[in-house]
Amino acid sequence: MSLLQVDDVSKRFGGLVAIDRVSFEVETGEIVSVIGPNGAGKSTLFKVITSFLKPTAGQVLFEGAPITGLQPHIVARRGVVRTFQESTIFKEMTALENVVVAHHLRVRAGTPGIYFATPTARADERRFQDSAAGILEYLGLGGVKHMPARNLPHGYLRALGIALALATEPRLLLLDEPFAGMNTEEKERAVEMVRGIRERGVTVLLVEHDMPSVMRISDRIVVLNFGRKIAEGGPDQIRRDPTVIEAYLGREDEELGA
Amino acid sequence: MQSVRRPAAATAELSALARLGLTPAGAVWITLLVLIALVAVPVALGNQPYFLNVLTNTSALAFISLGVWVTFSIGRINIAQGAFAMIGGYTTAILSTRYGLSFWLCLPLSALIAAGVGALIGWPILRLRGVYFAMITLSLTEAVRLAFLNGGEFTQGATGIVNIPRPAGIDSPLAFYLFAVVLLLLGLLAVWRLSTSRIGWVFRSLRLNEELASSIGIDIARYRVLAFAFSCGLGGLGGAFFAAFLQNIYPASYSVIDSVNFMLYCFLGGLDFVLGPVVGAFVLVIGFEILHGLQQYQSLMYGVLMIGVILWLPNGILSLRLRTRAAAGSDAEVAASSDAAPGPTAR
Repeated sequence: MSLLQVDDVSKRFGGLVAIDRVSFEVETGEIVSVIGPNGAGKSTLFKVITSFLKPTAGQVLFEGAPITGLQPHIVARRGVVRTFQESTIFKEMTALENVVVAHHLRVRAGTPGIYFATPTARADERRFQDSAAGILEYLGLGGVKHMPARNLPHGYLRALGIALALATEPRLLLLDEPFAGMNTEEKERAVEMVRGIRERGVTVLLVEHDMPSVMRISDRIVVLNFGRKIAEGGPDQIRRDPTVIEAYLGREDEELGA
Repeated sequence: MQSVRRPAAATAELSALARLGLTPAGAVWITLLVLIALVAVPVALGNQPYFLNVLTNTSALAFISLGVWVTFSIGRINIAQGAFAMIGGYTTAILSTRYGLSFWLCLPLSALIAAGVGALIGWPILRLRGVYFAMITLSLTEAVRLAFLNGGEFTQGATGIVNIPRPAGIDSPLAFYLFAVVLLLLGLLAVWRLSTSRIGWVFRSLRLNEELASSIGIDIARYRVLAFAFSCGLGGLGGAFFAAFLQNIYPASYSVIDSVNFMLYCFLGGLDFVLGPVVGAFVLVIGFEILHGLQQYQSLMYGVLMIGVILWLPNGILSLRLRTRAAAGSDAEVAASSDAAPGPTAR
């Protein structure tokens, strides 16, 4: 059974068809990318999978069970966790506080227990402090953990966003344009980071514009155009696919990472 | 939440404080405040009922505002607190006059009923944010006033409920003052504990970004309702106190202007500090009393001062304290963050 199964999903906004009967699957341990020109419906698909949007038709199954229509926090509890496109973090907290809060799904104490600081609640918080520091260290943010998040340089913010998602211990991590706005060197590091995340046993689905990075990192690629899936396959296959080349409108080959 | 480095020798003693979310300096301030409120004031003003009543009144108003502060912490402007003070007040009034229930039972029941009503109403309206939530809570104050006005036999309409018995054992202005202060201190402790616990951090995360909070698995609807119910419970408790203190309650006891005032106390005191609503309430209520000598210009001067505070201290009166501390502590902070990686510094 596939880890994630997108089953004939459509999403309409009024007269606009953002996603049109898209199906694909993600197996455990894979890195899968969804690519496509601007307005192809990538972000909508992303929101549908994480249940921030309800599809007009079709459903999404995680580990064989439908997650469509569940509230986002319940989908997160099942193990499907997303990051956000922009530098979406809790700006008025330090980096460490951000990640400690993000351990919420791993709280063992009940709400009254937390309020009265029972031994379980205190043990929870001690664990979260250590675990948060570990995650920040792993993502190269160890040196800035006590810095207010709003003062972090832009490149660090995306890593912090990923740190928040990792704190939930996801089974499937969805990354929304993890390489956008990065220079070559930063992309290099980000590609290594995504691979590292997979090494930790997390399956990765990403939505991305940056072709060279996608080609290097993905096991499989799903190509969307005008809301439809036009191709699916390994990087080499996609690179040579005539439909894909046409969708990218005769762009120069370099853009496809050739 | 952030671990603070401290000398090893002091840790055993401090852990109890740390459990409450208190720093040593904070503990000294709180102790001082408690001593002034419970010892110095009664000794100095023990035989001056007028001043004692002003302080009693202010303490209870501050207590009710604490609730509004909790709603602020999830990023909602709450102008409904008067309504919940009224619900608490009427609960105590009806239970004690009609059913002869002891005030000491009415008090917690008023809080519970107000919190329950708050949870029921909060569930649908907390989806709204910003000015929309503020407006609907403002209307709620008016709606609840009208409900009690038209409540027939049950609420006695505009006549209100009078001759509410005083709490057993509390019969002098000094006793009421001490009761109000103890209530306020307990309220402060309760809100302080809430805001320094994980629940408080979750509330903050809701204020900063609800979508992000739900993406990391936080049930935002549940925590929003929890914050609002807690807030309403404090309002109901404060309302119950006022019912027994004034021995009467009318639909006119709490109007929109009272709800606005509860919000203003938080706002002017400082939203970043648990003590904010308390400082705000004392400065505003007692400031108004001091301006009494200006007679017909009292309200005008009061308004001018309020605008002045908002202009010069947009983060509240307590931000003065933060400013001086930031100036004094900047050196120490640089030393403490020496383990930070080279790169842009925090300030």
